Amino acid sequence: MEKFTTVTGVGVPLRRSAVDTDQIIPAVFLKRVTKTGFEDALFANWRQDPTFVLNDDAYAGARVLVAGPNFGTGSSREHAVWALRDYGFDAVLSPKFGDIFRGNSGKQGLVTGQISEADCELLWSAMESQPGIELTVDLIERHAVLGDLVVPFDIDDYVRWRLLEGLDDIALTLRNEQAITDFEASRASWLPKTLPVRHA
Amino acid sequence: MGSSTQPVPAPRTLAEKVWDDHLVVKGEDGSPDLLYIDLHLVHEVTSPQAFDGLRVAGRPVRRLDLTIATEDHNTPTQNIDRPIADPTSRIQIETLRTNAAEFGMRLHSLGDLEQGIVHVVGPQLGLTMPGITVVCGDSHTSTHGAFGAMAFGIGTSEVEHVLATQTLPLKAFKTMAITVDGTLRSGVTAKDIILAVIAQIGASGGQGYVLEFRGSAIRALSMEGRMTVCNMSIEAGARAGMIAPDETTYAYLKGRDHAPEGVDWDDAVAYWNTLPTDEGAVFDAEVFLDANTLDPFVTWGTNPGQGVSLSDSVPNPAEIADANDRAAAERALQYMDLVAGTPMKEIPVDAVFMGSCTNSRIEDLRAFASVIKGHTKAEGVRVMVVPGSARVRIEAEAEGLHTIIEEFGAEWRFAGCSMCLGMNPDQLAPGERCASTSNRNFEGRQGKGGRTHLVSPLVAAATAIRGTLSSPADLEG
Repeated sequence: MEKFTTVTGVGVPLRRSAVDTDQIIPAVFLKRVTKTGFEDALFANWRQDPTFVLNDDAYAGARVLVAGPNFGTGSSREHAVWALRDYGFDAVLSPKFGDIFRGNSGKQGLVTGQISEADCELLWSAMESQPGIELTVDLIERHAVLGDLVVPFDIDDYVRWRLLEGLDDIALTLRNEQAITDFEASRASWLPKTLPVRHA
Repeated sequence: MGSSTQPVPAPRTLAEKVWDDHLVVKGEDGSPDLLYIDLHLVHEVTSPQAFDGLRVAGRPVRRLDLTIATEDHNTPTQNIDRPIADPTSRIQIETLRTNAAEFGMRLHSLGDLEQGIVHVVGPQLGLTMPGITVVCGDSHTSTHGAFGAMAFGIGTSEVEHVLATQTLPLKAFKTMAITVDGTLRSGVTAKDIILAVIAQIGASGGQGYVLEFRGSAIRALSMEGRMTVCNMSIEAGARAGMIAPDETTYAYLKGRDHAPEGVDWDDAVAYWNTLPTDEGAVFDAEVFLDANTLDPFVTWGTNPGQGVSLSDSVPNPAEIADANDRAAAERALQYMDLVAGTPMKEIPVDAVFMGSCTNSRIEDLRAFASVIKGHTKAEGVRVMVVPGSARVRIEAEAEGLHTIIEEFGAEWRFAGCSMCLGMNPDQLAPGERCASTSNRNFEGRQGKGGRTHLVSPLVAAATAIRGTLSSPADLEG
């Protein structure tokens, strides 16, 4: 994973709350067996409406999405993160995120910054008054900057550290190989085993 | 009384006990704990990229004996002996088969006796047990919490992580007790309990929490009912929901293919009996619900928290105080093509879907069949009944349920996720309205432009008879 420090790019105001992952990427697009090529699937149903914000040319090349509370609720599909990344987004700011989505984002270099509802409204208003304006998401300082507006955001310390360092979770865990092996030696014999196949 | 040198252990909740007993490495300085995973369930949608990751890194699957795969999301529910028509679905299924063969993973494919929805298969094989950790690349993994397991959905990166290490780095959750006391009235079910809970705390009310369902109404539920309740924990935003194990749990488990036997069984039960939340343990949040006054519940909107009693009317967004909730309600009514003030029971449906990991077990099918028996379905309403697994289908047929279902005019299908999500041929057409026993009423969830009302199997059955949202009580007189 590449290291993340700051990103500057066009911001998109998504004035909707409770955007579940079925909206971010409808299930019909989950059939692919690759991790890329999902850019057309992002908000696929909503994008068929010509007035949907991503269809406004002013927001072409967007990199930061600012959405209402409860963004990414519902299904665990990591495809939602891949679709946002493939479209070009590097960061999403929202007053509240679905837990699984937020976890998935951290694994794919997508910053999820939690902002206050008041700041969300300020960012929306600023972006809507100047469609296509750029904002900067600074992971080191944990704030977003849009002109004179500076909005702090929260992100888990550990996730932030991993994003800043560009670290791979599995490699980190395998540093504890001995501890895992020791734990396995202590597991009870009644615990479930899928193999060998048994028939009662 | 304890000796003066031995500190009395602090009372702990069920969730805390399971967490503590799976701690491989305790996180320090804000880093997450590393937890051991006892059971990993795999299906075709969220695994291909994880297997790819293993291949690229040259890593094996660490514990094939703690891993099991089945095909469910993409599989058709009729003509299962023919090649899957949709090429992308077929490729995804074939990819799982190739991956399972290459890595040596146990897989139950379409046509196999043990094939079915991953959350029906695990419990029915006796693999899901109290006190274990269960993960799957599917948010409804919370289902397995019904056994007192800690079970939650994960993303594909985490699937790869568990395949490679059999562990997950996790930050501790907060705990929420949801106490449901009292006795359910006739016609009110586990599904109504959980829909009412979600309506009460909201679709994000459980975010960051593990829910523990407690109280006399929960204790009175069968395992099937408990699975329905825990299944929809995620619809309240919680990753996991749990119910302490008891005699009902043990009776369900004993004798199943992979349940412990002999001395192992006795050891397991002795351990399981230590799991229920200690007296005096403190939850981070508490919620109470009165089972005595609960009615059949139904959703009117596009998230599972937008529900009311079936005897109520479509709410008026203007009366909702929170601006975001009000805007969401207005949008939902527009999408659902509903007018505020309309009695829920006057809403006609085009389709009824009886199935999904929420309500497709044998008891659900029995409940549905008990209501429709001797009736004919409403004209023009399409009714689909989809068992959760091949075994459930066989069990239902042995009881003659399929005859009741077919004589009613409903379609009796093969096992799979079916119309719960728009991934396989079973979908709503744009604008179609469905009473569904599934778990999500999101926009387009059952097919693009489709409109979903979440209901219990009993309400689904009565609705299929009358053609409008109904409970069995509406059939009398």
